[in-house]
Amino acid sequence: MEGDTIAAISTPMGEAAIAIVRLSGEEALHIADRMFRGKKPLKEVDSHTIHYGYIIDPDTDEKAEEVMVTVMKAPKTFTREDVVEMNCHGGLVSVNRVLEIALNNGARIAEPGEFTKRAFLNGRIDLSQAEAVMDLIRAKTDRAMNVAINQMEGRLSKLIHTLRQTLLETVAHVEVNIDYPEYDAEEMTHQLLTEKLTEVKREVEKLLQTAEQGKILREGLSTVIIGRPNVGKSSLLNSLVHENKAIVTDIPGTTRDVIEEYVNVRGVPLRLVDTAGIREPEDLVERIGVERSRKVLKEADLILLVLNSGEVLAEEDEKLFEAVRGMDVIVIVNKTDLTQQIDHEKVHQLAGTHPIVSTSIKEEQGINELEESIKELFFTGSVESGDMTYVSNSRHIALLKQAKRTLEESLNGIDAGLPVDMVQIDITRTWEILGEIVGDTVSESLIDQLFSQFCLGK
Amino acid sequence: MKQYEAGKYDVVVIGAGHAGVEAALASARMGANTLVLTLNLDTIAYMPCNPSVGGPAKGIVVREIDALGGEMARNIDKTHIQMRMLNTGKGPAVRALRAQADKVLYQNEMKKTLEQTENLTLRQGMVEELIVEDGVCKGVVTKTGSAYYANTVVVTTGTYLRGKIIIGELTYESGPNNMQPAINLSHNLTDLGFNMVRFKTGTPPRINANTIDYSKTEIQPGDDVPRAFSYETTEFIMDQIPCWLTYTGEVTHELINNNLERSPMYSGMIEGTGPRYCPSIEDKIVRFNDKPRHQIFLEPEGRNTEEVYVQGLSTSLPEDVQRNMLKTIAGLEKAEMMRAGYAIEYDAIVPTQLWPSLETKLVRNLFTAGQLNGTSGYEEAAGQGIMAGINAARKAKGEEPVILDRSEAYIGVLIDDLVTKGTNEPYRLLTSRAEYRLLLRHDNADLRLTEIGHRIGLISEERNARFTLKKQQIAEEIDRIEHTSIKPSDQLQEILGEIGSSPLKEPTSAAALLRRPEVTYDVIAKVVPAESEIDPVVGEQVEIQTKYAGYIDKQLQQVEKMNKMNNKKIPDAIDYLAINGLATEAKQKLSEVRPLSVGQASRVSGVNPSDISILLVYLEQGRIAKIAK
Repeated sequence: MEGDTIAAISTPMGEAAIAIVRLSGEEALHIADRMFRGKKPLKEVDSHTIHYGYIIDPDTDEKAEEVMVTVMKAPKTFTREDVVEMNCHGGLVSVNRVLEIALNNGARIAEPGEFTKRAFLNGRIDLSQAEAVMDLIRAKTDRAMNVAINQMEGRLSKLIHTLRQTLLETVAHVEVNIDYPEYDAEEMTHQLLTEKLTEVKREVEKLLQTAEQGKILREGLSTVIIGRPNVGKSSLLNSLVHENKAIVTDIPGTTRDVIEEYVNVRGVPLRLVDTAGIREPEDLVERIGVERSRKVLKEADLILLVLNSGEVLAEEDEKLFEAVRGMDVIVIVNKTDLTQQIDHEKVHQLAGTHPIVSTSIKEEQGINELEESIKELFFTGSVESGDMTYVSNSRHIALLKQAKRTLEESLNGIDAGLPVDMVQIDITRTWEILGEIVGDTVSESLIDQLFSQFCLGK
Repeated sequence: MKQYEAGKYDVVVIGAGHAGVEAALASARMGANTLVLTLNLDTIAYMPCNPSVGGPAKGIVVREIDALGGEMARNIDKTHIQMRMLNTGKGPAVRALRAQADKVLYQNEMKKTLEQTENLTLRQGMVEELIVEDGVCKGVVTKTGSAYYANTVVVTTGTYLRGKIIIGELTYESGPNNMQPAINLSHNLTDLGFNMVRFKTGTPPRINANTIDYSKTEIQPGDDVPRAFSYETTEFIMDQIPCWLTYTGEVTHELINNNLERSPMYSGMIEGTGPRYCPSIEDKIVRFNDKPRHQIFLEPEGRNTEEVYVQGLSTSLPEDVQRNMLKTIAGLEKAEMMRAGYAIEYDAIVPTQLWPSLETKLVRNLFTAGQLNGTSGYEEAAGQGIMAGINAARKAKGEEPVILDRSEAYIGVLIDDLVTKGTNEPYRLLTSRAEYRLLLRHDNADLRLTEIGHRIGLISEERNARFTLKKQQIAEEIDRIEHTSIKPSDQLQEILGEIGSSPLKEPTSAAALLRRPEVTYDVIAKVVPAESEIDPVVGEQVEIQTKYAGYIDKQLQQVEKMNKMNNKKIPDAIDYLAINGLATEAKQKLSEVRPLSVGQASRVSGVNPSDISILLVYLEQGRIAKIAK
């Protein structure tokens, strides 16, 4: 709906080291002030000025990002509304975090092309550009998403559909009591309602937890390349990064001491962590003893274990196998261009059920097989530890938070002894909000549910 | 048949069922010279199905009709045999009145009202053709050759258009209850280019009360407090007749299952689409075969008849099966069937061919209302009837139509649903169809609509003055309790204790105390009485508006958002096919429905939010282009 304040990451993913979160609308300054800590409140600064400070999460007071914020007040802005732009360091994680905080504090995620649409509706763009705006809206709506997102969202939407169905059945039950008060259906009691709603709320919270852990899609599959010195770890990394477009590059040493590279391998987002250690000629095997490295290994979702087939298996190699036992590992037997010294049988034995890929990164051999193997591991589900549906999209997170709120409101209503038809207003709202995640809010389905669930009539 | 010129009127109404009478009365009362043509003067406001008015959503429509100056509420208040308030254990938004009607008295009373209304002519005659010139309706022609000319025409033909009754293997052309069907008018509408659909509905058998063993049934009495639909009713009927509840059993279901092949539903003889909410008993048993029993309500048809309506047993099974079926129901073992149940098929107009004023898009000055528009139910018919009557009379005078918003009335929801979404089964109002249910309460229909009724000339000055006073008293009393402080006292704690409310710890406003679920306005009135006595209907409003203020505000905010979209008008000349970027389905649907506003467009099925964005941009483009010129 127009009139509210919208937010989005307005820089393209992966093309710059700086990313901008843009807010536009009546509440833009107000929302920005809630999350920005600088010299003075943004409401008081002059228009078209830039300010240094931090973004905090007002709920926890935790610092989220160091930013430069540009304030542009209406009407001399792109949208002719108040606009605030937050320049972040880049890095998928921190930008998304900033956006998320904005959404939690009153902004709504912008629809595709919505800034441009507003600019147009507010008379900012001339007539000839209108067609382009419409194309944009259409094009972005139809945009093809990457495989991983499809896969994830497929799983998410299945879960959301189940939750919505539970809500729908509950609402239909309430409705049948209202529209057919004399019908011999069991009365939907407050206790029954509480049970159903608590069940849905629990699931929503679980989803939000996966969002907070920031798994896979938001941060990428945490991937560590290990191996003895000179087995080809750096070449493998470079090859993965060059083959596949790096999504975002952090600038080393600015905000954190670990370097991360984001790459997208056949639709699987990988976050290659602790590559600093790989780039330096430092021996990771020795570093395994170091607490931090252990932690990195422990938190990894995927291990790429590299062996040099031009040499015989070393004791360190065997130690590495031991260190990653029970984890998702792909064994890479590199340097197949050299004279083969390695005991392949022994490698198979050590690898056990882990896939083995032979490569010569130098000769660009076997990279395809490796990528295929990563994809397979991911999509057959062996990488996911346990039952995880990941929520990655900021819009989804914001909607899930809203759903949680309306669920809480309905449960509060029940506690306060409000009539069931009042409580039902919040339940229906929850159903609609979840519907926005999967793009489906047709109220006719309630009527359908009513008549398929109950036998009614004169 | 030789035609002759039989008269000229401002408005001609075809049909005198529940839609027709409201249309005619509204039109005549607004000063339009109105003619009503019915094919039988003895069946005005006839109830061919259950003898009952009101219920959830529908009962609220009856009150809305009353607030707009219509007749249904007053008529049932004068002729009911029983009245009950339903959903009293739930919130105020879903409470609803329902009355059992004395069927014949209801008709007689309504006929008398029509006869005594100024500007209204009542005449028997079957309309066979509309006079249409250059896409404008100019009048009607009856079977006997009389041509009546009119500025506007309202068609309310119910289930009569190409009506066909089906009982088992037997079918014949007929209106409801063996009345004459209207065949030629249906062909005429098709010839004029209207898109028609075939719908189906049904009715149960009627039995003789003297042959019912009531000892095997449960009594369903009316309320023992005075109830009325109309805000104007001052005399209440307290002498009531009960209804009775019994059940089908496994034997009933077995019998039906054994005779399914003789049921026209399953032999393929019925082509019309029936409503899901009004299934026949055979349908219920097939679709919900795990349900061991179904409720059967026995509803007397009046004070001067022994006929009893068997609610829950709507059927088109053959007559012999119907008789056997009755014998399997507790209390009805010896029941004498007086009339058999039947299914009826009829033609209805596809309602997306109408503007929200209920004027047809195809033929100007022609309005349609009621079951002809694809609805089912007396109340739904009457609600459309009054609006069609109002708008036909206004159009005859060259005035703008009155369109009720979805946030103003269930009638608004009903008409908007019909003309925007259409319907693929006979449409019944349900409270769940209203997104602003909390605003559309049964208790505040007068607050929502009396001013409109007054503005268009259907509500008298006197009534309006009484209403204005009530409204003012509500506002003052709400203001008073918001600003009256209550301090903890022994007397107060005692009162709170009695109603199971926790003691008050700190001083608070009377309004805040009223927001406690268990505290009623009566408690507040006892603790901090107003200077002068407060009318109970005012007290009720104060209580509801205070207690549920949070929820009401939430809905009002949603309404405000929607109003922004509703206020963006779409010019009639718009060519959706020429808008780049609109999805193909949206182009088709929007071209068909031709919504009046962006708000209405957003409710058209198959139109998604990005289509609406594109539409907004397109409209803005047009606005800029106009300014540029």
